[in-house]
Amino acid sequence: MRPKIRFRAALCALALVLAPLTCASAQDDASEKEIERYRAMINDPMANPGYLAVDRGEALWAEPRGARKVSLETCDLGQGPGRLEGAYATLPRYFADADQVMDLEQRLIWCMEKLQGLDTKPIVAKPFSGPGRGSDMEDLVAFIANRSNGMKIATPLAHPKEKEAYALGEALFFRRASINDFSCSTCHADAGKRIRLQALPQLDKPGKDAQDTMSSWPTYRVSQSALRTMQHRLWDCYRQMRMPPPDYGSEVVTALTVFLNTQAAGGTINVPSIKR
Amino acid sequence: MKTLVIAAALLAPGAALAQQIPPAPPQVVDTAVKASFTKLPEGWGARLIPDETLLVCSQTRNQPSPQQAQAIMAREAKTVTYPQGRIIGDWKAGEKVAQNGRGGQFSDPPGTVSGGNCYACHQMDPREVSYGTLGPSLARYGADRKFAPEDARAAFAKVYNAQAVFACSSMPRFGHNGVLSEQQIADVVAYLFDPQSPVNRPVK
Repeated sequence: MRPKIRFRAALCALALVLAPLTCASAQDDASEKEIERYRAMINDPMANPGYLAVDRGEALWAEPRGARKVSLETCDLGQGPGRLEGAYATLPRYFADADQVMDLEQRLIWCMEKLQGLDTKPIVAKPFSGPGRGSDMEDLVAFIANRSNGMKIATPLAHPKEKEAYALGEALFFRRASINDFSCSTCHADAGKRIRLQALPQLDKPGKDAQDTMSSWPTYRVSQSALRTMQHRLWDCYRQMRMPPPDYGSEVVTALTVFLNTQAAGGTINVPSIKR
Repeated sequence: MKTLVIAAALLAPGAALAQQIPPAPPQVVDTAVKASFTKLPEGWGARLIPDETLLVCSQTRNQPSPQQAQAIMAREAKTVTYPQGRIIGDWKAGEKVAQNGRGGQFSDPPGTVSGGNCYACHQMDPREVSYGTLGPSLARYGADRKFAPEDARAAFAKVYNAQAVFACSSMPRFGHNGVLSEQQIADVVAYLFDPQSPVNRPVK
């Protein structure tokens, strides 16, 4: 035990006699500090398996595939064909060729179909990796998002369809439904709350919580031994909300991402991160 | 002051712009939801659609007007049914319900019995360290109410349908939505109201 914590524990024991509540929160602070130390310890690119996904994604980006046997290197992610730097920082965005607001994963699917002539049905049916099964989408997202590291989240809200997507995302964030009457806001509209011992970021308004959250996805989830994308995070949120699974690359997930990224504007991207 | 406002707007251009965007019309939201959740497990269609109460709570962000709140509580109170037998069941079974967070998720095997997952949001047994803070602490709940039978009955109603007591409460309507059975709710009430329950036993 480090001296600082020991001192704190002694203080806590004293406080126990005087004010049990203060003591509980001091204990919480101490465990929160320890968790922070653990996070800092595992947040090392050389030890983060998420970077293996970055390398696989880089190879996949350049590999000729599909009926046309071409790579994705001419895919336009919003910064011009093949330009990756800063693309993730300004997604989701409106694409005139598709006449639609797309997140990175929707856009990649679009490029696979239109440029490569790839059959994307099996990818959309099983987009996430599982035991013994990799995921092209997770690898590509890790690689492309990583090319926005050090840049600030700046999801555009200029085009009318981008504004519509924001409004839809906002409404969805507060929309209560299903057997537990939950919405995103049930867990993410207050500061400093936690579910069991897990701290909950406040995401209903602009701030550091939203920035820290959105700038750290995609992430390597230690508990799942997998690189996970925002599509997966929101799919998992809906699972916990007792909703049905949202379709991969659906309008709802992209609209929520627009809303969340707007709350996170200015957050500096550093991905893939590593989380529990 | 003016400079400050401009500076703030420059710092977060997205946020400033977002305030000028009109809200999405309800039909647009419902259409998008319908189009985005197409792989429905059997019988799950109703989960996509908020009922009358949830519609008001969503639109007012859980801040209904006094009239709306009254209408919600009157409507929801009608749904509460009390068990034929005792309202206070078995606290040991209630503890299991309070600890269990399974059930109702698309990842749960069919036939999974749902828990109440009370500890996700509430402190209960003061010795349990893993509790959430979304709801108030329920430690010493029964003891603090002198184990009064009318308070146990009120607790049953609250777990059965929280909106009957507090309009737009964040708490699930466990009985009304069929997540917990009458027996499970009676057991949770026992966990709160049995003098032998650890919820009511002081920490030594």
